This record gives sequence, structure tokens and C-alpha cells, in this order.
Amino acid sequence: MTVQQVLFFLFGAIALGAAIGMVTARKVFHAALWMLLAFFGVAGLYVLLEAPFFAAAQLFVYMGAIGVLIIYAIMLTRGMMRQRLPRVNDQWWFAGLLAAALLVVLAWLVWQHPWATTTAAAPADSLNRLGLTLVDPEGFALPFEVASVLLVMALIGAVTIVRER
Amino acid sequence: MVPLQWYLVLSAALFCVGLYAVLARRNAISILMGIELMLNAVNINLLAFWRYTQPEAAVGQAFAAFVYAVAAAEVAVGLALIVSIYRNRETVDVDEINLLKW
Repeated sequence: MTVQQVLFFLFGAIALGAAIGMVTARKVFHAALWMLLAFFGVAGLYVLLEAPFFAAAQLFVYMGAIGVLIIYAIMLTRGMMRQRLPRVNDQWWFAGLLAAALLVVLAWLVWQHPWATTTAAAPADSLNRLGLTLVDPEGFALPFEVASVLLVMALIGAVTIVRER
Repeated sequence: MVPLQWYLVLSAALFCVGLYAVLARRNAISILMGIELMLNAVNINLLAFWRYTQPEAAVGQAFAAFVYAVAAAEVAVGLALIVSIYRNRETVDVDEINLLKW
């Protein structure tokens, strides 16, 4: 077993274990902390996939921005945390069954399909190529601009929704 | 090198855990966290396919970058809605929020 495979199992176990801790945590704040750990495990997987930009973006955007946003929302709705409500609804067993069935089907599909993979190394300038593709009019220049408009609209909308009237 | 299937099975498992959170949890913020987990699983898939099938093209990475932008927009609007609902209804339990039902 190579070093990469050992690291894959390490980060995969962190991500999956933290994800399971997230859905089973009794308090929603603990669930948020588990979620941050799961994001960290996924960032490790991005390093293994030779996408260091996405590993860094995972730490900044997910663990930083989205994690802080979710913890803020938990604090703002903390009246919910004091109540002793069951944390899952009546259909939790059906939801678990559905998720398990989907996992079995997906895993079976993945294993029986012959994937045409290449063993070519990732180019050293892959981040450079990503940047050029995002601003190339033949590539993703238009979707890139639309994404920035979407972000501005979403943030203005969020401010409008939560503003006190 | 790690086989591609390992990444795909791991991301399928993460996706299913997120799906369970979305379907079963009562707190709306927990549901949003499940959605974030599912988006992360999708991103692992996109980057794994980029790395193992066409590492010389940047398309897979570009798609992953768009998933990041959409995830940030989604979480901002979703949390704003949750805070607004909590302010008006004093609850974030999705079993109680049934104004749009029927």
C-alpha cells in the first residue's frame, strides 16, 4: 500500500467519520463543528488529487466563510437549542433506508463500470490553465461573469430578507 | 496511485450521509449543512474525474469552481431565510414551518 493510499484512507476516514458525527450529533452546534472537520478531510483529499488551489479554497470558503455563517445562524436561532426536541423527524428510518439503498446502487455502479482512466501526471501549470479557461471567451468567460452576478444578487437578496422592517 | 473507484465510492458515501441529513433532521440549519456535504461530495467527484480522465484540460476544475460559487450563494440565501423565519415564527423546526404546504 503506497503512501498516497494510506493518506487517502486517513483523510477519507476523517471526512466520512465527521460526516456521520454531523448527522448523529445531538446538538446542532456540535453538528456544525463536525461539519468543519468533514470539510477539512475533503480538503486533504483535494491535495491528494493534486488540486492545491481547491484545497486552499476549501479551507477559506467552506471552513472559513460557510462555517462562520452557519455558526452565526445557530447563535441567532439559539432559542431552538434549549428545547429538548427529538432531532430527527418521524420518517428518519425511511430516510436512512433510502440513503443506504442509494449508496448500495451507486457503489455497485462504480465498481462494475470499467473506467477509462489515464495515469498521466497533472500538468504543473494546471492552476494557470484554470485561470485562462475561466476568462477565455471560447471557454467559461460568460458563465464566470454570470456566477459573479449570481453571487451579488444572492448577497443583496440575503441582506434584504433579514433586514428588520 | 489511488484508484478512481475509491474516490467515487467515498463521495457516494458522503452524498448519502448528506441526503440522510436533509431528509431526516428537523432543524433547518442541519438540513442546510447536509446540503453543503452533498455539494462537497459532488466536488470530490468533479475533481477526481478531472484528475483521472483529462488532467491536461481545465474543464473539471472550472466546474468545481462554479460549484463553490453556487454553494456560497445558496448558503447565504438559505441562512437569511432561516433567520427571517425564526424572527417571525420563533422556530427553525421544519415540521412546524408548513405555511407553503397545500
